Amino acid sequence: MSEGPRTHTFVVYVEDKPGVLNRVASLFRRRAYNIESLTVGHTERPGVSRMTIVSAISEGAAHRVEANIYKLVNVLSVQDVTAASTVARSLALIKVDTHEESRRRLMEIVRVFRARVVDLAPQSAIIEITGGEDKINALLEVLRPFGIIEMVRTGQVVMTRGQRTDSPEESDRPKPIRQTVVASHSV
Amino acid sequence: MSNGRPDAKTERKTLTGAEIIWKSLEALDVDCVFGYPGGAILPTYDALTRSKIHHVLVRHEQGATHMADGYARASGRVGVAMATSGPGATNMVTGIATAMMDSSPIVCITGQVGSTLIGTDAFQESDITGITLPITKHNYLISRAEDIAPSIREAFQIAASDRPGPVLLDITKDAQQASCVFDWEAAAPKPHRREPVFFPDQVELEAALALINQAQRPVILAGHGIILSGAEREVRALAERAGIPVALTLLGLGSFPASHPLNLGMMGMHGEAWVNQAIQEADLLIALGMRFDDRVTGKLSTYATKAKKIHIEIDRAEINKIVHADVPLIGDLREVLERLLPGVRPLARSEWIAQVTASKHDSAVRDIQNLPDNGHLYAAHVINALWRETKGDAIVVTDVGQHQMWEAQYYHHERSRTLITSGGLGTMGFALPAAIGAKFACPESEVWVVAGDGGFQMTMAELATIVQEKLNVKIAIINNGFLGMVRQWQEFFYDGRYESTPLLSPDFAKLAEAYGIPALTVTQRAQVNPALQTSRFHAGPALIDFRVEQEDSVFPMVPAGADLAAMIRRPTPLVERASDE
Repeated sequence: MSEGPRTHTFVVYVEDKPGVLNRVASLFRRRAYNIESLTVGHTERPGVSRMTIVSAISEGAAHRVEANIYKLVNVLSVQDVTAASTVARSLALIKVDTHEESRRRLMEIVRVFRARVVDLAPQSAIIEITGGEDKINALLEVLRPFGIIEMVRTGQVVMTRGQRTDSPEESDRPKPIRQTVVASHSV
Repeated sequence: MSNGRPDAKTERKTLTGAEIIWKSLEALDVDCVFGYPGGAILPTYDALTRSKIHHVLVRHEQGATHMADGYARASGRVGVAMATSGPGATNMVTGIATAMMDSSPIVCITGQVGSTLIGTDAFQESDITGITLPITKHNYLISRAEDIAPSIREAFQIAASDRPGPVLLDITKDAQQASCVFDWEAAAPKPHRREPVFFPDQVELEAALALINQAQRPVILAGHGIILSGAEREVRALAERAGIPVALTLLGLGSFPASHPLNLGMMGMHGEAWVNQAIQEADLLIALGMRFDDRVTGKLSTYATKAKKIHIEIDRAEINKIVHADVPLIGDLREVLERLLPGVRPLARSEWIAQVTASKHDSAVRDIQNLPDNGHLYAAHVINALWRETKGDAIVVTDVGQHQMWEAQYYHHERSRTLITSGGLGTMGFALPAAIGAKFACPESEVWVVAGDGGFQMTMAELATIVQEKLNVKIAIINNGFLGMVRQWQEFFYDGRYESTPLLSPDFAKLAEAYGIPALTVTQRAQVNPALQTSRFHAGPALIDFRVEQEDSVFPMVPAGADLAAMIRRPTPLVERASDE
């Protein structure tokens, strides 16, 4: 089977302690896998944090990273939710060059994308948008002609749809090892 | 693991962090600690005066970690090493990485500068938890006395459980000096997660049994996990009941008796031809507690292509890492085998066994052991003589290189934990300190260091530790005047350009004598046995400097990354030609 990279998304529940982020990230670093985005935040349970990690890696690499994240003492659970049906969102703040003449056009775009203007100055505006990566990228594309002064994006946060939960209570249980992974040195 | 002594368990009083370190170690039945004092760990060394634990003063902190490692490998118990902050801690890195690669349970305790000084580039400050993060199973930075006992208790549990490995505790000086109530009961480890019981279900077990019972040409691949799990009896039962030959990894040697008719010997790069042939011809590989290291598989695309694979392994991350497992069984090896065994059909498989062993003859003809004495001293003869003299019953601790492979080929290990060697990391300088640890773990056993002239010089300062501790450790230096394994690679793969491999050494016998260790130098084959006998019957440490053939190579050899069948064999005429001279 092919070993080409594709975007994998991991949901990791960890103990809220110093150094845990470092331990998780280090498993990507030592294999020279680039992390596209990583978000961490508190959960509904005190003392437990949740990470969403996005990385473009091969199937074999994803399996290896997932299995090694699980071995970390401070990790409560880890799931590769790439194949699952999920809601994925990130947020972007985009500061664009705008003035009297272009402002109306800008407002129209913001309305169409269901974004918001959160700061308006004589020469600039900050637009806030929440959505999937595609939507944010699309907005960026149409804003580019205005002149983007500055942009900041959060990483993705991901949740599986429906009743199922990624929370440790359920995913604590052993999962079958995926049989599809083929050995390779070259990952 | 032991629950600890009753006195340490029940008492509940206010102690300093430093005292709590020793009380905790006592409660965990630690009898000795290998270490080296310094500023940031001084409060703890001061408290040692009030503990019954024996402290072994090493000559370099790397030595302390290898000693803890040797102790752990010889006994199966957690080994403990201690050092100060900064250079003391960073000197431990190689030993920690060695233990990590070979799944050896050690706990390292380092002093750290005071918590208010952390991050200020204070004198002898190093970020040792950051440095050792990828080479420990887990590590702790402790800045409160209250956290010491629970962390030590948890560290021992983590080091020894599942797939064992090293754990480091970095304890700030102020945490050692502060006081708190020592309550061992309350320090019991709290579960981080509801630990899932990884155990194969009935469907998976039956899938494995179907493969085992139907196989025509099965081979067991016996790894270190057998020793760590204590599954020797079950592995033997499986092999004997189903007539399955057993090939061993380097770290698996001893887990299946060398003299057993089903024992093929070591597999891989320096495995005998018939062992690798059996693996390549097999229709089923039953991998037991091993991880398909590249030294074992050679070229992956041609590795055991005819074989289905059953992989029984406690570490889920090893499944499908290198070789695809048709049936992976995740769990403790002994428990999984206990469940499997009743379903294994008794079979003789005499045809397959005959086929496998038929090709032994060719290797025997090429074996240097079977060639006439040509006046030269070969390392193989030394190792073989050591095996005969000790009746295969010694604990042999090797360094890394040619002598290590010759040891694996010519010393026949009947029992687990009688070969202690750095396999995964291949750490030169391992042998001497690891042997010291092994001797502390098994004071009744005969312990031999087998080291090359290169590796021995990396940690030979520990000779003083042997003398100071009055340890009866015997040392055999296989001295060929070269960094032999690198020279061999230069001969085979770099057109014989011996760059930086010829090696000047001191007169090891004189050096040993300077330490007060009696020593012999052996240059001829006829002197080997008498020298071994003299050293063995001396009631204390002894060293023998064996001046062996300089440009001998380890055969057979599968070049790195090559097909297992593409091995370089010992050119038989070589020795015969030499005998004509």
